Amino acid sequence: MTLNTFKNALFSALFLVISFAGYATEDTENKDDKEFNAKEMILHHVKDAYGFEIIEWNNEPVSIPLPVILWADNGLTTFMSSAFHHDDSGNTIVEKNGGKFVKLHEKIYQLNKGETAIVLDQEHHPTNATKPLNFSITRNVFMMWVSVALILLIFLTTAKSYKKSKDGVPKGIAGFIEPLVLFVRDEIARPMIGEHKYKKYMPYLLTVFFFIWINNIFGLIPIFNGANVSGNIAFTMTLALVTFIITTVKGNKNYWKHIFWMPGVPVPMKLFLAPIEIIGMFVKPLSLMIRLFANITAGHIIILALMSLIFIFETVWISPVSILFSLFILIIEIIVTAIQAYIFTVLSALYFGMATEEAHH
Amino acid sequence: MDLVTPGFGLVFWTIITFIFLVVILKKFAWKPILGAVSDREEGIKEALASAEKARLEMQNLNADNERILKEARAEREALLKEARDIKSKLIEDAKGEAQVQANKMIEQAQLAIESEKKSAMAELKNHVAGLSLDIAEKVVRQELSNKGKQLELVESMLDEAKLN
Repeated sequence: MTLNTFKNALFSALFLVISFAGYATEDTENKDDKEFNAKEMILHHVKDAYGFEIIEWNNEPVSIPLPVILWADNGLTTFMSSAFHHDDSGNTIVEKNGGKFVKLHEKIYQLNKGETAIVLDQEHHPTNATKPLNFSITRNVFMMWVSVALILLIFLTTAKSYKKSKDGVPKGIAGFIEPLVLFVRDEIARPMIGEHKYKKYMPYLLTVFFFIWINNIFGLIPIFNGANVSGNIAFTMTLALVTFIITTVKGNKNYWKHIFWMPGVPVPMKLFLAPIEIIGMFVKPLSLMIRLFANITAGHIIILALMSLIFIFETVWISPVSILFSLFILIIEIIVTAIQAYIFTVLSALYFGMATEEAHH
Repeated sequence: MDLVTPGFGLVFWTIITFIFLVVILKKFAWKPILGAVSDREEGIKEALASAEKARLEMQNLNADNERILKEARAEREALLKEARDIKSKLIEDAKGEAQVQANKMIEQAQLAIESEKKSAMAELKNHVAGLSLDIAEKVVRQELSNKGKQLELVESMLDEAKLN
């Protein structure tokens, strides 16, 4: 797996840096498997989860339970994630609404009728269970709503402060927010979309910019335990999809002409370019989706991997290295939170601009 | 929930949450914020335009002032010149009149002198005539006594008269 090679490469590089001659790579790999599995830990933190794990106390995870909402064979079924008692191997069976549910590798399965225990095949996939439609309020959904609450608090307060001041001069939080809003308007929307049309897209661009930024920042706060909303491909896919839909719906004659029948080039070239442009239509949102997902997830993985070093080496002396390196990465990540929000917004605006550009000859 | 497989639940909730967020923020945040900002920008633009207008007006006013000042100065020049002219003319006139007056006085004096002279001459003539009579009387008287002495007397008398 690429992740594994990446981890190995990172560790080897760190070995060179700190010259730990006494340790062989194989040794660490062995320890890795037996006592501390860095890959499992990292993926557990990066991926979504049912329940909000805060800390492990006396070998017992302490977590906030979150609602599990399923559309199972017998209709809507809801229970709290604490019903699984932190079991992730499919042993604890939750009986609810006439169905039997288990959690296996952070996936919820419904056992087929008449089955009493989950049966796994060689690749750890259940053979006698199906996945019901899952609307659960997972960790990421929960954190997303927390971020929404914060965003609403910030921006509704800002809007209110404008209403309060008669002359429209920003005061308090508005003085901090206004430059950001103006940045999105003057540096993103205006140059990318154009003076006459940018106003229509401002609500979307502003919302997407702050939504991504705030969620990126939330992902960096350690106590939230890697609530990796903006590093989740479902989240980035949804936002990219919205950009794609707006681009496609708002695309004018000129835009479609440039895709299917490129003006200004000979006919064979037109035929050659059309498939490329059609692929490009879909690659643009795909790149948006992957860029944000990969950037944020990679940042999380690096920080967690650096922290894992302490447990892999089982020595406290490595901690200064881990801490310094992860501090360094964390500072870069703080910059990345804003940069990725900016890139997503600027590219969305660019696509809108391309879709609504008038023909000029 | 694999790393690169989008989970259905999260997609579902993200769409709902995001649409909710866009709608709420559009109505209650972006509209008032952007409205206030653009209002302020309009206000600043207007203020700048009116300041520019005021500056132009000021400039015009200054130009007007300059013109009026120039005119006033020219007028003053003209007035002064006129006054000078009048002054010199007055002096000139006065001088001429004085000359005339003086000439007249001189003439009168000359006339007076002439008449005085005439009267003096007349008196002199009378006197001379009287004197001549006196002399003639005395000569006549001397003739009666001494002829030589009479002649002598006439002669000396004439000498005296000539000296006069």
